[in-house]
Amino acid sequence: MSTLNTLQKLKDAGELFMPGHRACIGCGEVLAMRQVCKALGKDIIIANATGCMEIISSPFPTTNWNVPWIHALFENTAAVASGVESGLDAMRRKGRGPSQDVTVVAMGGDGSTFDIGLQSLSGALERGHNFIYVCFDNEGYMNTGIQRSSATPYGASTTTSPVGKNSIGQTTQKKDMPLIALAHHIPYIATCTPAHPTDLAKKIKKAKEIKGPAYIHVFSPCPTGWGTDSDVAIELCRLAVDTGVFPLGECVHGTYALTKHIKDLKPIRDYMKLQRRFRHLSDDVIDQIQAQVRAHYAVVRSKCGVVTN
Amino acid sequence: MAKRVGAEGSFAVAEAVRLADTDVVAAYPITPQTHIVERLSEMVADGELKANFIYVESEHSAMSACLGSAAVGARTFTSTAGQGLELMHEVLYLASSMRLPIVMAVADRALSGPLNVWGDHSDAMATRECGWIQYFGENAQEVFDLTLCAFKIAEHHDVLFPVMVHMDGFHVSHVVEPYLLPDKEELGDFLPPIDYPYPLDPNKPITMGAFAPPAVYSECRKAQDVAVNSTHGTIENVWNEFAKRFGRQYKPIETHKTEDAETILVSIGSFNQMAGVAVDKLRSEGKKVGLVRIRLWRPFPLQAFRQAVKSAKNVVVFERSMTYGGTVGPVCAEVKSALYGIKDAPRIMDFIGGLGGRDMSPKQFEALFKRAQEIFDKNLDIQYETIGVRE
Repeated sequence: MSTLNTLQKLKDAGELFMPGHRACIGCGEVLAMRQVCKALGKDIIIANATGCMEIISSPFPTTNWNVPWIHALFENTAAVASGVESGLDAMRRKGRGPSQDVTVVAMGGDGSTFDIGLQSLSGALERGHNFIYVCFDNEGYMNTGIQRSSATPYGASTTTSPVGKNSIGQTTQKKDMPLIALAHHIPYIATCTPAHPTDLAKKIKKAKEIKGPAYIHVFSPCPTGWGTDSDVAIELCRLAVDTGVFPLGECVHGTYALTKHIKDLKPIRDYMKLQRRFRHLSDDVIDQIQAQVRAHYAVVRSKCGVVTN
Repeated sequence: MAKRVGAEGSFAVAEAVRLADTDVVAAYPITPQTHIVERLSEMVADGELKANFIYVESEHSAMSACLGSAAVGARTFTSTAGQGLELMHEVLYLASSMRLPIVMAVADRALSGPLNVWGDHSDAMATRECGWIQYFGENAQEVFDLTLCAFKIAEHHDVLFPVMVHMDGFHVSHVVEPYLLPDKEELGDFLPPIDYPYPLDPNKPITMGAFAPPAVYSECRKAQDVAVNSTHGTIENVWNEFAKRFGRQYKPIETHKTEDAETILVSIGSFNQMAGVAVDKLRSEGKKVGLVRIRLWRPFPLQAFRQAVKSAKNVVVFERSMTYGGTVGPVCAEVKSALYGIKDAPRIMDFIGGLGGRDMSPKQFEALFKRAQEIFDKNLDIQYETIGVRE
């Protein structure tokens, strides 16, 4: 499928996440979520974790969801999706439930994926449910007021990893969530951003077609939490990919591929300077982060026999 | 035809789940509930039960998976006990507020710490605010019957609430007793196929689990309270229909020799059978005593309870859990609240015992009546006593 074709199809696909939501101006996550929904199509059931996307879309008695959608708690979304998938499967065998094939999708932020919901996600991946888990990663607990999570990058200042006389901000390294998902030997894993919509749509389609659990990790810039202008979410996604901070790739049945290989990584400063959360960092610390990013990218590159861009 | 079989309470529950043609079981093993999930696993493995068994990694996920399964309209069962019920505590509120007809058997047990896997009602009482329908079975026959009824009650369109079927850990879950097991033919149309009215379905999208700002939260809560309080009639109708078909009658409040009783013991669970023996003995000695068994705990059958104890001058409560730092145990608190302010309200004394698997003999129940009489006669200002404790 050509890029133009894919874009045209995305444009023509009906809206499943409707306008009128309450996301912050310039939110990268909500752009990504709309794209994910468009790529999935209407025959889906979504289980959504507590978090920004849940709270901005469902204040009773209104809703932005034009697809069946269930929200229960913060940490149990993968388990709720397990039940949805198993329930549909059991009913189908007995001749009940929706007649068409239904794709079951779980969605959560990095807090619910990396931290509080990691156990239920691990359980659902291990059990092999036929579902797609989408993590919208904005690198912190933004809904509750910008607290650090285990997805917050080294050096970032948040309200619970504040920069101070004795601290440079977050002092731990971001957890490698896609690799944790991969350790469950699931058939499909991909990383996406809303600035690469055709890439995202293709990966969602693949996740939908492959039987078994799929894990999709979506980079989701947060202007409010990261301290950026409200018109740079797309630029930040591109910079995250081009600097090697967030490599775009996939792993199909254990075979890694970079879907956008960057031969000459841009300097990390280009990415960091747009964000207030990194503004306090000294040149030494930035150099240190730069070295880490390059080293990590080299590891990722070395795993990927296939480069598809 | 029904056959008389010998089995543990746990296996009896599993048979009810099989007869109900349950679609999804999501459960995690925990003592003393394990035999239920083991038996159900065997049934699925042998094709006797055509359900998907989700072998979740925790009770929190067990109840969460049940939410998902029930929300698409599948008949859904789980079971747990003690710490497991506590771990799913947060999710229990969702099941009731989202009106999902999940059935759960609970083999009630003590809570840590110290760690204790044996029977008492600490777990059940800790869940009494969760919005579920909760009732108790006292033996294998009762938990079989009541599990079967639970599906019919939960899924009834006038109810649509989850139901917890409580049974005492070990004393019911592990005791082998004879019970009558009906076959599919005898079950007939007692339990119709589930027809959940608001399933998650791409052909008719709905939003389930929206958040409620202050402008609507109170309205949601009141609506739920009104709804659960209006399930009394359906619960009784289902039990009456069951009685007509199978000859065993269940009531929200059941009485034993209470008609002219001056002192009535009120209790919940399988220890009622010991209490009944004590009542019979005291009656044979000319004492005017009786027993009220609370079968339906939530929603609490207020009027039936008041009616059942109306002749009593003294009400003695026996219960198997504590409220640390409270005035009395949770059952007695309910009893006092139910009887406060009514005309000629009885005097009320609470006894807490049978904790963490400790037995109660009929003799101990007799002693408890005597001790209560002493407290009433001397007008002692004692709210509750913990009995059978070495000091």
